[in-house]
Amino acid sequence: MFRRLHEPANAVTIQIDGSPVRAAPGDSVAAALLATGNPVCRQSPASGADRAPFCMIGACFECLMEIDGVPNRQACLVPVREGMQVRRQARPTPVGAVASPADKVAS
Amino acid sequence: MSAIDLAIVGAGPAGLAAAATAAELGLSVTVFDENTAPGGQIYRGIEAVAGPRARDLAVLGPAYAAGKAVVERFRASKAGYSPATTVWLVQKDRRLGILRDGKASMVEARRVLIATGALERPVPIPGWTLPGVMLAGAAQSLLKASGMVPAGPVVLAGNGPLLWQLAAQFVAAGVNIAALLETGSAYKAALPHLPAVVLAGGYLAKGLGLIASVRKAGVPIRRSVEGLRAVGKGRLQAVEFTAGGRAERIPAELLCLHQGVVANAQLGMAIPLKHEWVEAQRCWRPVLDAWGNSDVEGIAVAGDGAGIGGADAAVHAGRIAGFEAARALGRIDAAARDARAAGDVAAWRRHLRARPFLDALYPPARALRVPADDVMVCRCEEVTAGQVREAVRQGGTGPNQVKSFTRTGMGPCQGRMCGLTISEIIADALGKPVAAVGTYRIRPPIKPLTVGELAALE
Amino acid sequence: MSDAEYIVVGGGLVGSAIGYGLLRRGRRVVVLDEGDVALRASRGNFGLVWVQGKGLGMPAYADWARLSADVWPEFYTELTQRTGIDVNYRKPGGFQLCMGEADLAERVKSIDQLRAQQGAKGYDCEVVDRRRLDNIVPGLGPDIVAGMYCPHDGHVSPLRLLKALHKALGNAYRPNGAATAIRAVAGGYSVDAGGITHAAPRVVLAAGLGNLPMCAMLGFKLPVRPQRGQILVTERLPAFLDYPLSGVRQTEEGSVMMGSSREEVGYDNGTTPETMRSIAANGIRVFPKLQHARVVRAWGALRILAPDEFPIYQTVPGHDGVMVATCHSGVSLAGAHALRFAGHLADWRLPEHFSAFHSRRFDVPKTA
Ligand SMILES: Cc1cc2nc3c(=O)[nH]c(=O)nc-3n(C[C@H](O)[C@H](O)[C@H](O)COP(=O)(O)OP(=O)(O)OC[C@H]3O[C@@H](n4cnc5c(N)ncnc54)[C@H](O)[C@@H]3O)c2cc1C
Ligand SMILES: Cc1cc2nc3c(=O)[nH]c(=O)nc-3n(C[C@H](O)[C@H](O)[C@H](O)COP(=O)(O)OP(=O)(O)OC[C@H]3O[C@@H](n4cnc5c(N)ncnc54)[C@H](O)[C@@H]3O)c2cc1C
Ligand code: FES
Repeated sequence: MFRRLHEPANAVTIQIDGSPVRAAPGDSVAAALLATGNPVCRQSPASGADRAPFCMIGACFECLMEIDGVPNRQACLVPVREGMQVRRQARPTPVGAVASPADKVAS
Repeated sequence: MSAIDLAIVGAGPAGLAAAATAAELGLSVTVFDENTAPGGQIYRGIEAVAGPRARDLAVLGPAYAAGKAVVERFRASKAGYSPATTVWLVQKDRRLGILRDGKASMVEARRVLIATGALERPVPIPGWTLPGVMLAGAAQSLLKASGMVPAGPVVLAGNGPLLWQLAAQFVAAGVNIAALLETGSAYKAALPHLPAVVLAGGYLAKGLGLIASVRKAGVPIRRSVEGLRAVGKGRLQAVEFTAGGRAERIPAELLCLHQGVVANAQLGMAIPLKHEWVEAQRCWRPVLDAWGNSDVEGIAVAGDGAGIGGADAAVHAGRIAGFEAARALGRIDAAARDARAAGDVAAWRRHLRARPFLDALYPPARALRVPADDVMVCRCEEVTAGQVREAVRQGGTGPNQVKSFTRTGMGPCQGRMCGLTISEIIADALGKPVAAVGTYRIRPPIKPLTVGELAALE
Repeated sequence: MSDAEYIVVGGGLVGSAIGYGLLRRGRRVVVLDEGDVALRASRGNFGLVWVQGKGLGMPAYADWARLSADVWPEFYTELTQRTGIDVNYRKPGGFQLCMGEADLAERVKSIDQLRAQQGAKGYDCEVVDRRRLDNIVPGLGPDIVAGMYCPHDGHVSPLRLLKALHKALGNAYRPNGAATAIRAVAGGYSVDAGGITHAAPRVVLAAGLGNLPMCAMLGFKLPVRPQRGQILVTERLPAFLDYPLSGVRQTEEGSVMMGSSREEVGYDNGTTPETMRSIAANGIRVFPKLQHARVVRAWGALRILAPDEFPIYQTVPGHDGVMVATCHSGVSLAGAHALRFAGHLADWRLPEHFSAFHSRRFDVPKTA
């Protein structure tokens, strides 16, 4: 969705959902994401709708992503590092999908 | 750990100027900021641009370049700097809860200066949660920090100086702006403040220059835009609106929204410091004395976090707060403070004279302050304006009761993206002033930390 | 002036449930409440509808807590039908987890005592050992040796509950006006609130800590005090916990609540980093995997506690038309307050066994 005015001099490579993405050393993870064709970073926990970074200054919490195994990090505040593993987040399984818990104790 | 003299939250112009001033007077100072480099919002990425990314300076413009001196003076001082550090708590006893590298700890300070700056005002329109819709400042941050510009057609919508500044920067960078949609500017209301803005120096010329450069580039401009909506299936595809009674639809890949900036009062509200509603800026700000002191002993606020004054005012406010910190901690006496701060006080006042004009010229549109029922106002919990109104009808007396009943403000942003809208909607529904309706009680941590980080708090 | 038969002072869970109970019996009621900012435990609690462990030392309270859990399903269905609001009441039974053998022994002892106290009525609570527990509540930390399971325990969204009660009250709910004066007048009492004087034959004081000044106006020193509890809540997590536990529960939205502390700090409902830390540490002891979950908020709220932590229901001495109702577990007791207690108020006669809830119990000098 965004393009660089100049190609970075010493680019680093991170993985987003397993695909390599080139980024400049000063970039945030969210910036690197937005430089790809797909700005979506997660599904909203409330409805599951796709969301993308919105404020880029750490205020809106839309950019939450799993970074190096840790979920819900603010991608607009985390700088890229070579080899970083980034994942888009799916909506958490909603509560209430489990069969009658009272039976579990009885059995 | 022994207490530092002055803990500053925020490395924008206010925090940096305060730090340098206080450190030059012999105080032990540390500046905490969650970004990886100093500069705050306006001067984001300035050290990189002043160095290896010098080519981007032409796009970012001279106002941005002015940040170099502010940051250099800070770097030259003995003030400590803790980047990539989130302040998630400030206690009345002046202990700060910080988070750095996944480690949470408490820091003790004899004085605290909150210089957390501004946030963009929320712009709730239908479709504003679609990927492809961003705040204008977000796009600008990408330009400052990463030298990135929109790749496809972009629409800028809203009002305020920042919108025009972004448009001018895009023009300079050769970006294809599909349209600039102004949601209404109140020239008549602003007129009485014209002499003051002229005396403030530079502001009017700067603004007119930006507008002229955007016009000259042939950017399609629509005035008095209403009924703004972002449309698309799963992604932004077009922007719809009416202008001059005509409905229009402009295909776009990116929509940048803006309705001015408001004080980022989150940290102070969580302490809590006493706050007041500023009708002219339609936002909350802490109640402060002439030196920036809040109602809580030893805690001061400076810069846009104390009410919007702009970057130049923020520098002077920061220096004033630095002198006052030195006085409060016994480094200089009141007379010395007054003498040293005199120049900054005068300059600060001069810069603030530009505000009434800008505030009056760019009022946030009513439809965006008090959106229609179907518009989502709380992005985290996905609550609509209609649900808020229904909660009010059922006895929801104010923002906190409505929060309990609808979950607005309960997500991770804790009301940064909905707090003002909620107060405005409730005030409107009850026919009361916003000042009487109040706002959310903000609770720590003002930014989330993990249970593990909290459990290991030192 | 209003033509109410009852003025209920306080629109928290206790006052609202009582007001609702009177209203559904066809009584004319006004429920007076403060506005947006108030000391309101009903907005800051943990949401358990709890039975186990309650009432040791007062059989009447053990019975009352159990009765409330028994009527809660009916209360839930009725409230949902009337308001269209699902308050997410679930009754899968609940666990009190035991950390270490000493803790387990302690819990078993107190349940045994309760069982002895309750006699023929029995007491449903069983020890579920760690092996069985792992199948029921997976992911527990190594310090948990067993859980005490009580099938009558459950949980609810206390905020939705308050919202639903207010909706059910409709026009009877009158917020934005604290009662500032109460006095005896011909035929009953008058109460000033928000510039209006309400009068009715009967008044119910159910204003939480706000009962203290109201009772004082009638010359009665109500023996309750504030006690702070802090609670942490996380972001929404994938569903992993089907049961309410005494200190951890997952809400319908997916967020996890952890708590709560017991602090004697007067009227300060703030938070402290030390307590937040210890609640977090305890949460990880229960579920180690919670360490990666993010805490989005912490808060403090004030319990309304009598010295023995049991409820107080009585008329104000010298004022037979003024009833006081206050308790430590207004969520758990909401069912009983709406469906039973309000019935006693409709007759304005408390049953014999309610004498146990009178504050004169504190006058009896304790023998050594
Ligand atoms: C996105 C955005 C872009 C802007 N761009 C411009 C511009 O180009 N030109 C212009 O004239 N004005 C701009 N402004 C207006 C701007 O607010 C001021 O001009 C100026 O930056 C204010 O300076 P300050 O020192 O008060 O705060 P800021 O510059 O906003 O600095 C505050 C700093 O505090 C940090 N911070 C906040 N809370 C915490 C916390 N809890 N823990 C740790 N750190 C924290 C922030 O990350 C930030 O670095 C912008 C505002 C925004 C919101
Ligand atoms: C941390 C914590 C956790 C808890 N967890 C649980 C739990 O899991 N399960 C459970 O059953 N209970 C729990 N409780 C207890 C429960 O929250 C309370 O028992 C219950 O909310 C009390 O309700 P109330 O209506 O008496 O008081 P409150 O909720 O305090 O309400 C009092 C109301 O009266 C109003 N008021 C006060 N003065 C006046 C006046 N003069 N005029 C008009 N209105 C007035 C106030 O504005 C308020 O609305 C917990 C409490 C705390 C603090
Ligand atoms: S984009 Fe808003 S917090 Fe990161």
